[in-house]
Amino acid sequence: MKATRRAFLKFGVAATASATLLPVRTFAQGAAPRVVVVGGGFAGASCARALRQAAPRVAVTLVEANPTFTACPFSNAVIGGLRELSAQQFTYERVAGDGITMVRALATGVDAQARTVTLADGARLPYDRLVLAPGIDIRWGALPGYDEAAAAQMPHAWRAGEQTVLLRRQLEAMDDGGLVVISAPANPFRCPPGPYERASLIAHYLKTKKPRSKLIILDAKDAFSKQRLFQAAWAELYPGLLEWVPLSKGGNVTSVDAGTRTLVTDFGRHQAKVANVIPPQKAGRIAEGAGVADRTGWCPIDPVTFESKLQAGIHVIGDAAIAGAMPKSAFAANSQAKTCAAAVARLLTGAVPSTPKLINTCYSLVAPDYGISVAGVYQPSGGQLADVPGSGGVSPTDAPRATRAVEAVLAEAWFRTITGEVFG
Amino acid sequence: MGRISDGLMSKLVATAIAAVATAAAAVVASAEPPPGAAACSGCHPVSPRVTSPVPRIAGIDRAAIVRAMQDFRSGQRAATVMDRIAKGFTDDEIQAIAAWFATQK
Repeated sequence: MKATRRAFLKFGVAATASATLLPVRTFAQGAAPRVVVVGGGFAGASCARALRQAAPRVAVTLVEANPTFTACPFSNAVIGGLRELSAQQFTYERVAGDGITMVRALATGVDAQARTVTLADGARLPYDRLVLAPGIDIRWGALPGYDEAAAAQMPHAWRAGEQTVLLRRQLEAMDDGGLVVISAPANPFRCPPGPYERASLIAHYLKTKKPRSKLIILDAKDAFSKQRLFQAAWAELYPGLLEWVPLSKGGNVTSVDAGTRTLVTDFGRHQAKVANVIPPQKAGRIAEGAGVADRTGWCPIDPVTFESKLQAGIHVIGDAAIAGAMPKSAFAANSQAKTCAAAVARLLTGAVPSTPKLINTCYSLVAPDYGISVAGVYQPSGGQLADVPGSGGVSPTDAPRATRAVEAVLAEAWFRTITGEVFG
Repeated sequence: MGRISDGLMSKLVATAIAAVATAAAAVVASAEPPPGAAACSGCHPVSPRVTSPVPRIAGIDRAAIVRAMQDFRSGQRAATVMDRIAKGFTDDEIQAIAAWFATQK
């Protein structure tokens, strides 16, 4: 099976490689336009499938190095011992079943002039339009002392998988009475409420299993997503257990020492039994090589088509994109993917893309039966994606516990739905 | 050949317009969802393999979707997130989204 697939891929690559000699930019009958999507997460897999549906004539190729996708949403519940990692994992069988050509390889480069994507083995995939959905990369070196070796001692767990399990094991191995420290980065980063949901679910684990322990969040910011809701819930559920230290109170971590699990701030040193360093981030690596990332490390895009403002013919969606008011969330990535697919389908036929409206909904669990949410509606405005005035916002601060319980159920339902729609 | 009354004629015209409008909506439906509609399946399932307490809206009566969105927007209908989302859409957008979903399977 594996050998057959590899042989097929080689053949496919060879066949398409010869096609690059005849660059076809307009599509007469019979010449199927080629779209390559790089990255099989919520953004990339959604876009590939939406494009197949919107424009069945388009030959869609999805390049993804991993045979399995491991979802970040709800991975904080894995860390908190409420869920197994296997519940986060999805395969690409049904994506391939839609008639999308799956290429299991690492995309290492893009030639925007020749319109080809280079794979790790040197093969080149030609495209008429390219969609990059590379997610995030850790900005190694941005936090002194935090490199790939340090991440094995002080996990980031910000790309779900082994790191998620590592952090959970460290918490399980810790004696009661230990100090857990989470460091949260400055904006922008993947999943703005994520560090605070994680702190909540670790606090829930500690309260249940190791009640003499303590959790400190060292934050590079003075404000964060759903802040009032989180802080009210912490005061109610985890008093004395969970402490948030903002930037203005010395929360900014300036360096770490992995050997002693020490986090250093301008105000002091915190030696942790378990340290979760959520480091500064940037767009996934290929964005830089493709020339679509700007000096911030993220990718400026047109808010109607998600086409890069730096390279024609390349679209960027999901966490890697600078999407204005839209947060870096799985829901946003899925919403952007469908918008981008519709725009690409139109552009390939020479039609003008229609002005989109996008939505985000993002749930966080503060405890297994306590959910809160933020929602937003967005439209292009002034070259960016902006909030539609009067829309969106967070769960009411005065909602009863029954509402929090309903939102916890809806959070889980949302995960089942979006993963079912994207991978099922 | 009998005469067609003015009343009957206007009814026929109205039916014809409705038929054209439905056909147009169906064409749009197969081609591209109206602004905002594609995002709904982030929570409202489309795939038959997904089970969720969040209701399916594909194939639901157009007027029912319009009414629900208007009631969420005005606060007349209780909601967890739909009140916040509905406030982001105009009457025209709601009409277009409802028409599109009504034609979906």
